[in-house]
Amino acid sequence: METSKVIHAIYTDDDVLMSAVKKVRQEKHHIEDVFTPFPVHGLDKAMGLAPTRLAITAFLYGALGLSVSIAMMNFIMIEDWPQDIGGKPSFSFLENLPAFVPIMFELTVFFAAHLMVITFYLRSRMWPFKDAENPDPRTTDDHFLMEIAVHNNEESLTNLLKDTGAVEINIVDKDEDAH
Amino acid sequence: MEYKISNRLRIGAIILMVLGVLGVGYGFMDAYSVTEDNITEYLASEDHHGEAHATEGHDLEKDHGHGAEAEVEGHELSHEEHVLHQIHNRPYAALYVAALFFFMIALGVLAFYAIQYAAQSGWSPVLFRVMEGITSYVLPGGILVLIILWIADSHIFIWLDESVVAHDTLIQNKSSWLNKPWFFIRGFIYLAGWSLYRHFSRKFSVAQDLADINDNSNFKKNFRIAAGFLVFYIYTESMMSWDWIMSVDPHWFSTLFGWYVFASMFVSGITVIALITLYLKSKGLLEFVNDSHIHDLAKFMFGISIFWTYLWFSQFMLIWYANIPEEVTYFITRIEDYNVPFFGMLALNFIFPLLLLMNSDYKRIPWFVVMTGVVILFGHYLDVFNMIMPATVGDRWFIGVPEIGSILFFAGLFMLIVFTSLGKYPLLAKGNPFIKESEHFHY
Repeated sequence: METSKVIHAIYTDDDVLMSAVKKVRQEKHHIEDVFTPFPVHGLDKAMGLAPTRLAITAFLYGALGLSVSIAMMNFIMIEDWPQDIGGKPSFSFLENLPAFVPIMFELTVFFAAHLMVITFYLRSRMWPFKDAENPDPRTTDDHFLMEIAVHNNEESLTNLLKDTGAVEINIVDKDEDAH
Repeated sequence: MEYKISNRLRIGAIILMVLGVLGVGYGFMDAYSVTEDNITEYLASEDHHGEAHATEGHDLEKDHGHGAEAEVEGHELSHEEHVLHQIHNRPYAALYVAALFFFMIALGVLAFYAIQYAAQSGWSPVLFRVMEGITSYVLPGGILVLIILWIADSHIFIWLDESVVAHDTLIQNKSSWLNKPWFFIRGFIYLAGWSLYRHFSRKFSVAQDLADINDNSNFKKNFRIAAGFLVFYIYTESMMSWDWIMSVDPHWFSTLFGWYVFASMFVSGITVIALITLYLKSKGLLEFVNDSHIHDLAKFMFGISIFWTYLWFSQFMLIWYANIPEEVTYFITRIEDYNVPFFGMLALNFIFPLLLLMNSDYKRIPWFVVMTGVVILFGHYLDVFNMIMPATVGDRWFIGVPEIGSILFFAGLFMLIVFTSLGKYPLLAKGNPFIKESEHFHY
């Protein structure tokens, strides 16, 4: 089991946190993670995180849902057993299309929404009975925590973080296999 | 930011109007060159081009097209008379479609403007002067629509033809609503209400610019009249669509028609706001408008396009599904005689904006928004075309000289009025209490 050291800098204000993140990035230190009790607008940009591609997956899932609905109804209503139900024209898919549109729409939305949510859970590793990865319980209430890896530069890093307005700086051993 | 209509733009608009008048004039001459005397030869010369058309045409036109004429017992029109009516209706209908289309753009913008005030939105005040410029077309455009209706008379509304009404019980039952004096009184009331709101909102908006920084009384007045106007608008817009559009088919009715027409004018209005904003911005006159504003407008174009499609489909699918003969003729004429424009507009108004404006980044690219906007506007012209033409010219439709001439004329007039009005006051409504928030709007 390998352990490495990280610094936990704790802030009590999101504006201070934002300027701290910018400053640490300017000094070319790699920010491992930031823990906040609520979404801080613009934090992802300040940290330089890549934009999410979740919307693109949703579009593709929607297209999949549309295809499933078309294939399903074309097979059931037109090819497998084209009955005359109330005089609806089941000779070809196009002729009976308006009747299928509500289902096509709903399945598109269903696939897009649910598969996107599942993708989100998988990508962000969230599931029931998962152990919380919370370094400090106060970060779910009113504290903000920035985690930076230490590479034999404890002192300069500590000074830098103090300058940015951190209220508390802890150096902790981090168990790599904990999660 | 001062703006003055440039000479090039003014001359361009006037050229459009002159070309339009020539086109419309040609349309009338061409239509009236066919008379009762030479209609037989005219049809015979047409038959040389397509023999199938003649045999098919005779049977079908009895069932639809100007249905009201043909169905009445004891008042059967001969095929020649029927076709002659359609030929003569065409230039009137072409003029009316274009007049209505441009008028509805201005009215849609007026509704959008009132909503922005009533919602106290923080993003849009930088666009208020653009919207006010566009709504300056409401009064002249509305007057022109009423004048065209007055002149066209039974060429557009079959229920104004007394010889038809005399034999038509269905129309007789509706004549307490559909009669000429009451029709024009109603039109006058709608127009008066809309232009009064537009007059006062513009007045208060300009007064707010000159008022003291702590004095928001003009803004509050605008807020109140906007709320009142929206109530008035939603009733009168619905009635307007029954009167001016739905009554071209006096045998047919649909309950969600008012909303459907509203969605059409709303999305064209928002599109025109975006186009004119981008034009002025490209001239460097709207520095305070950033790409987040464009993004929001494009989002509205996207969303309302889908809303329009929802209403279009709801109306179509309910009638298609139930297939009740007296209702479904409306769509049968359109599917049989107007197949390409009827389903083509669905592609232009739904699939195009859906795919082009879905991406968040594309909504910020000016040429992308302009391209989609032009497609949406053309699609909604076709929408109005599909609402009016089947009832007036039936299967004898074409987008030719009279139609294009009418579009050119009203486009020129619209540009002339809107850009002249834009030049009257500074392009930034600086007195608006939300203007700072709007200038720093960022999405």
